[in-house]
Amino acid sequence: MAELAIELTGVNKYFGEVHANKNISFAVAKGSIHGIIGENGAGKSTLMSILYGYYQADSGSIRLNGQEVRIRNSHDAIARGIGMVHQHFMLVDTFTVLENIVLGAEQGVALKQSLQAARDHLAALNRDYGLQVDPDAIVGELGVGEQQRVEILKALYRGADVLILDEPTAVLTPQEADDLFRILRLLKAQGKTVLLITHKLREVLDITDAVTVMRAGEIVGNVVTADVGKEDLADLMVGRKVNLQLDKAPARLGKTVLQVSNLSLTDARGVKLLDDVSFELHAGEIVGIAGVSGNGQSELLEILSGMREASAGSVRYNGTELTTLQTREPKAAAYRRLGIAHVPEDRSREGLVKDFSTFENAILGYHDDPAIQRGLLFNRKAIIERCRRFISEFDVRPANAFRRSGLFSGGNQQKVILAREIDSDPQLMLIGQPTRGVDIGAIEFIHKRLMALRNAGKALLLVSVELDEILALSDRIIVMNAGRVSGELPAAQATATELGLLMGGHK
Amino acid sequence: MSQPSNLPRWATLWLMPVLNLFAALLVSGLVITLIGEDPVECLQLMINGAFGYPEGIGYTLFYTTSFIFTGLAVAAAFHAGLFNIGGEGQMYLAGLGVTLVCLGLDFLPGWVVIPLALLASMVFGAAWAFIPGYLQAKRGSHIVVTTIMFNFIASALMTWLLVDKLIMPGSQTPATRLFAESAWIPMLHELAANLGVELPQTPLNATFFLALLALVLFYLMVWRSHWGYTLRTVGLNEKAARYAGMPVSKVIIVAMCFSGALAGLAAVNELLGSTHRMNLAFTNGIGFVGIAVALMGRNHPFGILLSALLFGALTQGGLDLSFEKPAITHEMIILTQGLIILFCGALENLFQTPLALAFKQMTKR
Ligand SMILES: Nc1ncnc2c1ncn2[C@@H]1O[C@H](COP(=O)(O)OP(=O)(O)OP(=O)(O)O)[C@@H](O)[C@H]1O
Ligand SMILES: [Mg+2]
Repeated sequence: MAELAIELTGVNKYFGEVHANKNISFAVAKGSIHGIIGENGAGKSTLMSILYGYYQADSGSIRLNGQEVRIRNSHDAIARGIGMVHQHFMLVDTFTVLENIVLGAEQGVALKQSLQAARDHLAALNRDYGLQVDPDAIVGELGVGEQQRVEILKALYRGADVLILDEPTAVLTPQEADDLFRILRLLKAQGKTVLLITHKLREVLDITDAVTVMRAGEIVGNVVTADVGKEDLADLMVGRKVNLQLDKAPARLGKTVLQVSNLSLTDARGVKLLDDVSFELHAGEIVGIAGVSGNGQSELLEILSGMREASAGSVRYNGTELTTLQTREPKAAAYRRLGIAHVPEDRSREGLVKDFSTFENAILGYHDDPAIQRGLLFNRKAIIERCRRFISEFDVRPANAFRRSGLFSGGNQQKVILAREIDSDPQLMLIGQPTRGVDIGAIEFIHKRLMALRNAGKALLLVSVELDEILALSDRIIVMNAGRVSGELPAAQATATELGLLMGGHK
Repeated sequence: MSQPSNLPRWATLWLMPVLNLFAALLVSGLVITLIGEDPVECLQLMINGAFGYPEGIGYTLFYTTSFIFTGLAVAAAFHAGLFNIGGEGQMYLAGLGVTLVCLGLDFLPGWVVIPLALLASMVFGAAWAFIPGYLQAKRGSHIVVTTIMFNFIASALMTWLLVDKLIMPGSQTPATRLFAESAWIPMLHELAANLGVELPQTPLNATFFLALLALVLFYLMVWRSHWGYTLRTVGLNEKAARYAGMPVSKVIIVAMCFSGALAGLAAVNELLGSTHRMNLAFTNGIGFVGIAVALMGRNHPFGILLSALLFGALTQGGLDLSFEKPAITHEMIILTQGLIILFCGALENLFQTPLALAFKQMTKR
């Protein structure tokens, strides 16, 4: 058997009454890419945080290269050659790549000398792993994919032999993800060990050597990737048969709900973020907006939900012109009252208040609802009841309405937001990245709910960077590139290749 | 990023503040030892001064009343994500409102003047807080800076008014004439006397009950009402507030007015409850102590009640102590207050890591 880089035995971790890691034991072979998959809240991030010294295990032992170690904090972890690429990058935007990498690892007194030494070292790393990062670029001006590479470089610079990546592809475009995997393969070829958390089974099958499957804090399977298929993994993860194929009944189109004409948005610097965008959306239809992130989709959602003003153009919703609508309250509130619900792209920063209890987040945006007022005060019981209903209908785990939202895993936060927006019985539903960072079982569930909404005659506008998701849900697909509509086609005729070309602005 | 704590809730809420307080007292004790006094004896004198006899208790509760109002004022702004340092100035201006009503209308019966004076205190306090609130919401001027500046402006304005305009004709001290008795808020010993109970004469007055009521109303408004919900959403996550369609600027301005009105009520306790005239020094740092009270009370009415009581006791016990021990000056009391603020505010999490470790050891066994 191959040498072991990491060996965990009997690791347990509690958060209050939540048993986040139950008696975890598993091993990772040196020089391999090891995948970790599991539902939202299964305990993957917690386990990796223990390995990286961010949390302390309540019991159990960790062996690195056959030696028992105690990792008290991330300094310990780095000293022992464990590097972590966080999902939210820990970089200083105004520093150059070089400065960011040296930050906290300065050698010697003279910063200048240490910068020169670092530059040489960096050039070598860049060459060895094909990272192609310009050391003098300002980090804030880099794209997400490049920033991620800076994080990887930073870990390698500190001498990491084991690299942990927590959902690295959640924020990447398919092309960027391919680049990342090329780098990971090179790392593996050089004898590094990679731990990869992801919700995308295709990636797991593509790149890993072995997979550990977690469910509800426990390990439910350790398999060699070559021996399994997508369905096996999905079933193992969820503990039941998962239907990856969505039933799509033919759409029964109703009246036109939304008519966007010649919409443009110019920012303060004169850059056109949206350029002459026009399309229609009918009741009983899902229109998917495909595109590499940052090509105007976010701005479009912001305008349609009333959070931002367009520079020019018109938006008609059920016969009402929205751009010139006069309201006393902020537009976002007025639009919601008209029946436009919005699941924002950035759920944790916009869609909810992390420090609120879940029942408080269950009414965000609908806090005016007369059903939850009682005289001058809130009808607390009605709010909690509503939240409990969301929790049971959407299978939010743990089922605790009083728990702070920030303590829930990403997928469970998303379920609360979706439940809230669907429950408002909207005419038009704007959805940004509904399943970003959400597990397979929950994706299946969320997709079914969205499909049911469409079959009930609602109009849905879906923005997603996942082509699979767009293809599975949409009736019609609009592709955006550089703020313009670069193509529109019925989903039935669309192929991934064709969409890819349109997204790149070709054709 | 700091390590998330694994402490049980009760430990964060109760044990940590008590430990912090204890540490502050310990350091104060050290200083007292250094100047050659016996810290244990001093502590005894202080506790006795604050709670040991009916008159002391009366004074303690009188100070507590004002601190509750200024503490709530800081907390109100805090929940909207604002740090209102201007309680002192808002209280000052509120005093002007009270004074104008009383000087002009105190020929009217109490049930007319007193409500009017209460209203004036809130309106003037709110107005003084409105301007920094407006500047923050619409112009982006930082609230901390503007409220501090407004303290200075208030102080200069009041000095001018008292010395030049409102001073009692023929008097040398910058103070107004005594308000007519109809405008005085009933003292507790008077109320008790009506019921046949004899209490010692202290400035403790009916405003105390208003403060208790304010605590309850504050809780209901902030945690149980639509208005408080918007307030807290804006304070915790402005982006989410915009997403939810909340009028963020308006919420900020209204929160500041609410805060200023609460600070203003402290002026009622002092002017209508105790001195019955306005003088230059009536605010006496009460607005600033409110910051410490809110910090220590974790911006929650129940915590504010306890910490206002602590600071009330410290003020009264400290005064008694400095009578008994000439070596312990007023400055020493301020030092102790400062230490409490330091340990409970700035060094709030000093004991978190050791406590977390201790808990872990205990649960392992
Ligand atoms: N700091 C914390 N305090 C309390 N509970 C926590 C904390 N961090 C995580 N949990 C809980 O522990 C469990 C495991 O969470 P974890 O983040 O490890 O899940 P995950 O597998 O990474 O999920 P996801 O796929 O959604 O990222 C969840 O129930 C979560 O709510
Ligand atoms: Mg996770």
